[in-house]
Amino acid sequence: MAELDTSGGGKHKGGKIRSKKSSTRVDLTAMVDLAFLLITFFMYTTTLQKPKAMNLAMPDNSVKTTQLAVAASRTMTIVLGGHNKIEWYMGEPGKTAPTVDNFGANNIRKAIIDNAKQVAATHSGDEAAMEVVIHPSDKSTYENLVAILDEMSITNIKIYAIVKILPMEVDDLKKNNNY
Amino acid sequence: MPRVKVARKSTAIDMTAMCDVAFLLLTFFILTAKPKIDDPSHAVVPPSTQMIPVADANMMTVSVGQHKFFYSVTEQDVRSEALKAMGLKYGVTFTPEETQRFSLTQVFGVPMKQLKSFLDTDPDQLKNFKQEGIQADTTNNNELFNWIYTSRQAEKALHDKDLQMSIKADSKEEYPEINTVISCLEKQKLFKFDLITSLKTAPKK
Repeated sequence: MAELDTSGGGKHKGGKIRSKKSSTRVDLTAMVDLAFLLITFFMYTTTLQKPKAMNLAMPDNSVKTTQLAVAASRTMTIVLGGHNKIEWYMGEPGKTAPTVDNFGANNIRKAIIDNAKQVAATHSGDEAAMEVVIHPSDKSTYENLVAILDEMSITNIKIYAIVKILPMEVDDLKKNNNY
Repeated sequence: MPRVKVARKSTAIDMTAMCDVAFLLLTFFILTAKPKIDDPSHAVVPPSTQMIPVADANMMTVSVGQHKFFYSVTEQDVRSEALKAMGLKYGVTFTPEETQRFSLTQVFGVPMKQLKSFLDTDPDQLKNFKQEGIQADTTNNNELFNWIYTSRQAEKALHDKDLQMSIKADSKEEYPEINTVISCLEKQKLFKFDLITSLKTAPKK
């Protein structure tokens, strides 16, 4: 036990020096109280779960380089609407009617994976990877943007970009009451 | 029948072990403690499955909450240097006390014309100070742009390093606000930055 022998020397009485035994037990209650109080304080003030960072690289728009032509057939466009709704379509805008979708594993993620598989099946070599263009509308929230970028990393889409929304897509969102 | 005698026991318990554990935990918490930064933007960040922790140093963060912009830099000397540069740009002179105050302010969101009164406010009253947010738009010359620009220059001059940019926005913040921040960064050729999120468990693949 953690008691120290702190007994002092007794009085000198004639022959032998007798040490006076006194109890060495210290009352630890107060100390424990204080320790737990401090623990509680530090537990409440610390941020144990640090926020995480999502790396995002925007295309460099300062240098006008020759743009590589991307086959429309392997481009998926995701339009972020209001009320947590998504519209997506493959290929060029206006050619195919966009599909209205929701966020989540069974909705947009499934659509991305299916489309990526389809692109991989119909293309070969370097072109087998699907490209995703994200068009956030003015009514979409930061949460939507983070969610869709997160889907990119979950579904392992390597090429994606955030691009300004097209007016016709806004019209379409309005038509579907998603704006 | 003889009475059953209950043996009297001492109620004093040996608290040594408890005390040891308590102090062990206390030491742990003290060493790992990083005080919560009081963020006036009150942004609730959305969850994502990203696992990369946010860096502690050399960071500048633009927080967006309640449609207002807030700004913070981790380095104190960069803060005071940026304040000087901003004062020159906007024709405001700050006293050494104000500069000192500013270098200790972790997050702020006041326009330049309000900054002086913000820094002159008593620290106890600072919580009640209504921060209006830094003025920002998508043009080439707005306050948020200049704050980012001057602090980057200060970092370069003081430490010869590049500041890492991050955006911390409330989940419910709409895209135009985010776009404003992004365009401020793009205008100064900052194309790589972090979006701050909280951790969500990754889905099973």
